[in-house]
Amino acid sequence: MSHEFLYALLGVGLFTLGLYALIVHAHLLRKILAINVMGSGVFLVLVALGGRTPGAPPDPVPHAMVITGIVVAISATALALALMLWVHAKTGRARLPEERLE
Amino acid sequence: MGASLANTPWGVLVILLPLAGALVCFLWPRRSVPLGLVTALGVVACVAGLGWQVAEQGVQRYAVGGWGAPLGIDLYADGLSLLMLMMTALVGLGISVYSSGYFDRKTATVFWSLWLFLWAALNALFLSADIFNLYVTLELMGLAAVALVALAGGADALIAAMRYLLVSLLGSLFYLLGVALLYHSVGSVDIAILAQQVEPLPAVWAAVGLMSAGLLLKTALFPLHFWLPPAHASAPAPVSALLSALVVKASFYILLRLWLEIFSPGDAAVGQLLGLLGASAVLWGGIQALRQTRLKLLIAYSTVAQLGYLFLAFPLGTSVAWKGALYLLFSHALAKAAMFMSAGNILRCCGHDRIADLDRVARRLPLTLTAFTLAGISSMGLPPSGGFTGKWMLLDAALYSGQWWWALTLILGGLLAAAYVFKVVGYAFTPAEVTHEVSRVPARMEWTALVLALAAVLLGLFTPWPLALLDIGLPFGGGYAG
Amino acid sequence: MSVADRNRLSLVFRLVLLLLLLVLAGGLAYVVLSLPGQAVGLSERVAASMETSGVSNPVTAVLLNFRGYDTLLEMAVLLVALQGVWSLGSAAVHRRVDPEPVLLFLVGVLVPMMMLMAGYLLWAGAAAPGGAFQAGSVLAAAVILLLLASKYLPVRLSGWPLRVVLVLGLGAFVAVGATLLSANGAFLQYPNGLAGGLILFIEAAATLSIGVTLAALFLGGKPGSQQ
Repeated sequence: MSHEFLYALLGVGLFTLGLYALIVHAHLLRKILAINVMGSGVFLVLVALGGRTPGAPPDPVPHAMVITGIVVAISATALALALMLWVHAKTGRARLPEERLE
Repeated sequence: MGASLANTPWGVLVILLPLAGALVCFLWPRRSVPLGLVTALGVVACVAGLGWQVAEQGVQRYAVGGWGAPLGIDLYADGLSLLMLMMTALVGLGISVYSSGYFDRKTATVFWSLWLFLWAALNALFLSADIFNLYVTLELMGLAAVALVALAGGADALIAAMRYLLVSLLGSLFYLLGVALLYHSVGSVDIAILAQQVEPLPAVWAAVGLMSAGLLLKTALFPLHFWLPPAHASAPAPVSALLSALVVKASFYILLRLWLEIFSPGDAAVGQLLGLLGASAVLWGGIQALRQTRLKLLIAYSTVAQLGYLFLAFPLGTSVAWKGALYLLFSHALAKAAMFMSAGNILRCCGHDRIADLDRVARRLPLTLTAFTLAGISSMGLPPSGGFTGKWMLLDAALYSGQWWWALTLILGGLLAAAYVFKVVGYAFTPAEVTHEVSRVPARMEWTALVLALAAVLLGLFTPWPLALLDIGLPFGGGYAG
Repeated sequence: MSVADRNRLSLVFRLVLLLLLLVLAGGLAYVVLSLPGQAVGLSERVAASMETSGVSNPVTAVLLNFRGYDTLLEMAVLLVALQGVWSLGSAAVHRRVDPEPVLLFLVGVLVPMMMLMAGYLLWAGAAAPGGAFQAGSVLAAAVILLLLASKYLPVRLSGWPLRVVLVLGLGAFVAVGATLLSANGAFLQYPNGLAGGLILFIEAAATLSIGVTLAALFLGGKPGSQQ
């Protein structure tokens, strides 16, 4: 098993860890961080598996995809953080309230 | 002249025009309303051009940048994409006109740029033939939608927007992991190439599961629907309309494309599972809608139910079933937009949307109530509406293949829809205990609701043409039968 | 139900979730390991088309030429996120009366170097790792340093001029695409020989836009509307 697969497995681990944290933690900042960890996991899988080119430079297409993905993740995180701050400002807590069926 | 019109890349214009419009609205926010309306008309014209081009010349494939798949990104227009584009254009035009009367000046400066970006994302999504490009369009659409929900400003809207954003990002990440696995198994992200070269490897199965899970979360299929009612109910009325009518359909469209072109399952169990979840959505959504005391929440749960119908086509799998589901999708878009617009009118008029306190709204807003009732007729599936045609086709497919339990679901769903529609209509005719102050509702808000509702009904009268449209490109393939 | 019951219930829920996710992780790990040891990708195709792409760095070629359409949409994503943040409320401006002298000194030293670095990264992106996004990020960091040192833009520049700079990147891309479309009927198909120049033009506009957009996102709200 070459080292690229190790990185890809790490990416899978990050993805699952982020998913667990997203579901379990109630604080919004933790949820946003969890999404970021998941995103990093997916990017790691993309890039690592693109390096399975012995003796040649890695595949540039996954690299470009990940650059795009990082920019999208930054934009989404910025919006999420701003929303979290405003939720906190309006409700006093940075948590999503439990579902109320009216 | 005719030759150059026939060769114009309408598909590219359909994407570029709303992008350009959004940029201009961002630069000149004071002029957003006229700029936005002009752009909306332009987009409708471009979609008409593309429709004519596809009808005359068949399927259109456009290589952006001249490179062509697998190196570059292709735009692909067949009957299915065209149907989605037309749905978006019609509803989009209605929402644009409605919004020009709905928002105050301050919110309007922000709304139009976001709305046009969302429209560009939708058009780009329906034309894309590249699964990574679909990811980027999904994210553009999702962020614009979240920003639009948050425009309502109150704590409810912000909380709903936050939840919607987290759910949207989660779904996208599942989808992206699937894209990663597919690319590294097959070597391309182009749908046509994937369709030819995909093999039943474990990585491909995992990608199917991951992408479907992400897309099902975004399409709010039961039991992953928890985020939808608060988001669609607490957004401003035109935003609710575009969310229920268009945004949830986009992820369903991607799921459909992947299912038909790449995944072509030999496994009937997955289809039955999706059908079961769809049936649960129909029944659960209908029951929850009946229990609601607020009009917008009722309509939002109705969306959950109607989205369930679309998944009944998966276990049936015949061409008739798919076309029925798509017909339902189209008429639901028109009807649901009309319903949310009606709710917006009532909200504007009476200051609240409590169903029990709808004080003789029928007399004050006759056009609005007609719109709501017509939209309700399509939701129930009564003839001669588009909803009836769609349900009829699904019923036909269900009985033909012997899976009568889906037919039962369709009938029960219709009964539930009738119950909650008539609940609202009934209260609209009766006086409430306490009379409220009434405000004026701009005429264009009432008329757009009515026009869209009429379109939903007319869709049932003019069936051959949309059905013929769906045959172009044959994504349903004569060969795929259950 | 009592607090103890609630905690116990959530402990069971956590354990079940953990188990399910371990199964998911195991499945994904198996799937990843089942992939062949040799990449099945587009490296050869990219390498074959590099001469006509206008740049010599393959990642820049993919990002700005072969899959430039993705980059166009992603710049729209940045702008939409900023608009979303702006629509929520105004930026809180904390003007410090006496910013720390160490910070001021560092800002005076670092910011010009970072701007230079951004320019270099932009230029180098054609042949080496670099490009619009990398340069834009460094530029954004420089602007954020300035913001941290309480050096804000004058209010009159944070209206229309700011919007123009924000729109520059996406606008350049759309303009190039539209011009090529109307001239040759080919969207984003760079003519022979002009590819390198057009890519640099788009990247330069994008660097400015990305840098300013990221810094504006850092501000967290609409600037200039209150002071």
